[in-house]
Amino acid sequence: MPRIGVFIEATNQEIKPSVPGVLAAAGGNEVVGFVLDGNAEKYKEHLAEYGVTELVNLAAEGINLTEHPVAAGHALAEAVTSTGVDALLGVSSPTGNDLLARAAVDLKAPAALDCIDIDVAARSVKKSHFSGKAIATIEMTSSPFVCGIRPNTFEPVSRPADCTVSEKTVDVAGSDSIVITSVDTVFNGQKDLTEASVIISGGRPMGSSDNFKILEACAQKLDAAVGASRAAVDAGYAPHSMQVGQTGKTVNPKLYIGCGLSGSVQHFAGMKTAKVIVAINTDKDAPIFSKSDYGIIGDLFEVVPALTAALEK
Amino acid sequence: MRIYVCVKHVPDTAANIHITGPTEYDGKVKYVANPYDEYAVEEAISLVEKSGQGEVVAVCVGSGAAANTLKSVMAMGVHRSILVKTEAQFSDSNLIAKALATVIGQDGGGDLIFTGKQSVDSEGMQTSYHLAAELGIPVATGIVSLLVEGDQAVIQRESDGGARETLSIQTPCVLGATKGLNEPRFPKLPDILKAKKKEIKEIELSELGITAEEKCRLLSLEPVKQRSEARILEGSTEETVAELVKILKEEKVI
Repeated sequence: MPRIGVFIEATNQEIKPSVPGVLAAAGGNEVVGFVLDGNAEKYKEHLAEYGVTELVNLAAEGINLTEHPVAAGHALAEAVTSTGVDALLGVSSPTGNDLLARAAVDLKAPAALDCIDIDVAARSVKKSHFSGKAIATIEMTSSPFVCGIRPNTFEPVSRPADCTVSEKTVDVAGSDSIVITSVDTVFNGQKDLTEASVIISGGRPMGSSDNFKILEACAQKLDAAVGASRAAVDAGYAPHSMQVGQTGKTVNPKLYIGCGLSGSVQHFAGMKTAKVIVAINTDKDAPIFSKSDYGIIGDLFEVVPALTAALEK
Repeated sequence: MRIYVCVKHVPDTAANIHITGPTEYDGKVKYVANPYDEYAVEEAISLVEKSGQGEVVAVCVGSGAAANTLKSVMAMGVHRSILVKTEAQFSDSNLIAKALATVIGQDGGGDLIFTGKQSVDSEGMQTSYHLAAELGIPVATGIVSLLVEGDQAVIQRESDGGARETLSIQTPCVLGATKGLNEPRFPKLPDILKAKKKEIKEIELSELGITAEEKCRLLSLEPVKQRSEARILEGSTEETVAELVKILKEEKVI
């Protein structure tokens, strides 16, 4: 039976919410988790719920792996080799993509990022091509291989196991060419769009950054993240970190509510894998209505507050 | 100062892609410079402009038609280009990186190498990393700000949930640009005319003597199923939102 290594991504000593989905992507195979922040003992109980049988605390002499991407990529590659796993999986987040790509280059291993399906035994994955217009099936020609999984692709599967923790110190001499010197969390408090299971987004008709408050009020009732179209971002109504679509973020929620969006190909490139898409627009001929599941023809400034009120009931 | 910008010739994101075979698509669509690469081009040009000296060289691995994409970035201000010709649109990122590294090395090497953070056709996100490994220099992608100071650069990249990481990186290095870094300029007609006279050096990929094992094999391409017309909810605002809430609960998405 294959053994799968998973990069256990964590922020501020909390496991990222999409990690259990990646553990499900391992498809019931034996899973070894690799931890970069030294907190394997803390994470053990939670991860054992999802079938992780072994956790490795990776460490390097004199440096903090979470601040040194080159060293962290190298440590993950070393861990793959020393544990003999058949694949390295992780969340396709900004940090996950960066470290998985570095590990793959170190290992000279095949790699695919932002995958939306995986067959571990066949060494094949599915991922988007042409801005979401096509799905490519890609075969990895050798093991071990590296694979990043798009957040919210797999539902976590409970399969309780006994989990042991071990330590591994990695030699990372000469990997200080890049150092993360600070993290500006100015936008903290916003829910992470790429991990959100519900998103409500506004387009140019929002008219001002202040008006996004009506989306935020509705988002609070839905436990949703707030997104924006390129037009709204370019008009200065929302920061680029909120942009969904081509040149913005790729999101994968259960529910996507688009308010005042035209429905451009570029916007859909970033959200078309949503399970249910709802469009709210005054223009009954807006292209978004031909690409959504449900539509409300109306003014978002009336419909959204009414929706917020309806959710309160 | 010499800066290289790696540019990919890709189908316009607005183009309809028709899959015509197991791994083939109808290539008779409009092609453009990969949108993320435009941020890379803009950054390279403005760095050279600010320093008052040096040149920007665009490097592309693509078909003969990619010369048009190179002309478009030369109209933005790139000084000259190198086109490594191959008919394959989807090559292993390791092979592309070897080709880019080889021609950049043969051309003299640069102080900085820019790429886009990913291409919009194969969405692989790995060529920058392989290129850096081939050149033996560091790499960072998803760059939204850049300040070069001597043999160091201070960069910012977008992290999770809108957070921004500040990193220091040794130069020369490979930097993968994304939106937020700058506003790419629109070339004016005289620049477009001038670009037609700029040099494009063409080399066949097969003449570079590169071998790269195929690590990822494209087995198939399938079109993504389009949704059909939305079900429009009718009635007063109160009625439609009440209906919507009911549906979303039935769909188990709220």
